[in-house]
Amino acid sequence: MTEPVRTEPAIRETVYMDYSATTPCDPRVVQRMLPYFTQNFGNAASRSHQFGWTAEAAVDQARQEVAALLHAHEKEIIWTSGSTEANNLAIKGVAQMYRQKGNHMITAVTEHKAVLDTMKHLEGEGFQITWLPVDRKGHVDLEQLAAAITDQTILVSLMAANNETGTIHPLATIGALCKQKGVLFHTDATQATGKMELNVDTQHLDLVSLSAHKMYGPKGVGCLYVRRKNPRVRLTAQMDGGGHERGMRSGTLNVTGIIGMGEAARICRTEMATEIPHLAALRDRLQQRLLAGIPDAVVNGDEAARLPHLTNISFPYVEGESLIMGIKEIAVSSGSACTSASLEPSYVLKSLGLNDELAHSSIRFSLGRFTTTAEVDFAADRVIAEVLRLRAMSPLWEMVQDGIDLSQVKWTVH
Amino acid sequence: MTYSDKVLDHYQNPRNVGSLDKNAADVGTGVVGAPECGDVMKLQIKVGDDGRIVDAKFKTYGCGSAIASSSLATEWLKGTHVDQAAQIKNTQIVEELSLPPVKIHCSVLAEDAIKAAIEDWRKKQAGTPAAGSQVHA
Ligand SMILES: Cc1ncc(COP(=O)(O)O)c(C=O)c1O
Repeated sequence: MTEPVRTEPAIRETVYMDYSATTPCDPRVVQRMLPYFTQNFGNAASRSHQFGWTAEAAVDQARQEVAALLHAHEKEIIWTSGSTEANNLAIKGVAQMYRQKGNHMITAVTEHKAVLDTMKHLEGEGFQITWLPVDRKGHVDLEQLAAAITDQTILVSLMAANNETGTIHPLATIGALCKQKGVLFHTDATQATGKMELNVDTQHLDLVSLSAHKMYGPKGVGCLYVRRKNPRVRLTAQMDGGGHERGMRSGTLNVTGIIGMGEAARICRTEMATEIPHLAALRDRLQQRLLAGIPDAVVNGDEAARLPHLTNISFPYVEGESLIMGIKEIAVSSGSACTSASLEPSYVLKSLGLNDELAHSSIRFSLGRFTTTAEVDFAADRVIAEVLRLRAMSPLWEMVQDGIDLSQVKWTVH
Repeated sequence: MTYSDKVLDHYQNPRNVGSLDKNAADVGTGVVGAPECGDVMKLQIKVGDDGRIVDAKFKTYGCGSAIASSSLATEWLKGTHVDQAAQIKNTQIVEELSLPPVKIHCSVLAEDAIKAAIEDWRKKQAGTPAAGSQVHA
């Protein structure tokens, strides 16, 4: 027979602190979606019967909810399969539509691969891309950005907040600059939704990418905000077909996913004011405990302009993979993109100027709606114990204690 | 990444962690690897008059497999004659710990550390000041 519907997150033996990778669905989101799998299963594009009308009405309500979160108009929301697709649609769509106007675009080296690789793809097709560097905290130099804009520039793409460090870009300032120069501004706000204020008007955003699974909605659904007025942004569709979504994104809508995203956006909008300080307090508690318990631990990113739920910390003199292995009761991400074989340190942390060793030894803790104080304390205690244990067997820590400057040591490199 | 039970055991209960007096005449020290490569192993042996290794210690900065490889090496070294110890091959470590291909370099590093420690001890025996193994600039 069928499994009972689970309305509470499962009790876990592992503490989940990887909300920036993905979030569980809020039970309210699941409840809202359920009827649309069975009774109300209609195709939102079916105009000739009640099944279609019901689905369409629910999709429109979700559209209003997502628009409200951005202070946008519902007609400006284009549903996609997530942020990867939204970033592709925004960047390739602008590149192709505005090619006559110019062939230059600007982005930063710390963007998500969905932006970087899309830009690289276009570079291969003859577009000029400026890859802005970032400073130690993950910020681009705004004067350098201004100087990079030419009469050939058609788009600036800079994320709202970084997925690894949580560093928040000054959207309103960047947006105003782009507006003044007559250049479109796209922001990948995947990590920012519900965690900071987003306002397409005051921040002068022309294109915004969002993803439901980072905001307690389901995976595989997201949207692109496309400005309709001042200026009206036009995009070349990346998918040909039935002309859904004002012709910008063909394909039968993922009705259940969209409804889930709408409910997720409603909850974010109505609860943000209390959720943000709550998350920040938990995050600060975790960070303070870790820094107090572990000498020489360093916070990466910009503590003064950072997402409230995230802290990225390097633990020098211990190696990242062994640390992750030692704290397997805590689900976190490490600074080494441990794609099974290659142990490449994170390109984001390296762009901030961290050496490979520090990048390897860094951990991203990202908390969320269901994180408890008890979990924070458990995680802090476990991480402290494990870092100290690994340091006790680290020859690097021993050398540093003996007053040796590691940068002066001649290592036997293989 | 899944680890064999033996790797997990050595990682959780490493044998012979610690340091010996690197200036002592009967102690050989090998330090191999580099922090930017993700592994540094320090392996030390204390050798008796009969050429048998009476004690072995290690400290390792590296992944679980690197820690396990050096921990296992110290276990094997203790009670072994230096001449036999010099014959230890990385493939034996790979086999004992069931290391996957991506972790073979950990066993290579352990073999190198053993050789470096023995060489350091031999140099001390020959009366020449240790070179090469003391990497501290
Ligand atoms: C900043 C950022 N952009 C884009 C993505 C990709 O989003 P999606 O999983 O919806 O394709 C992610 C998620 O990993 C992200 O963190």
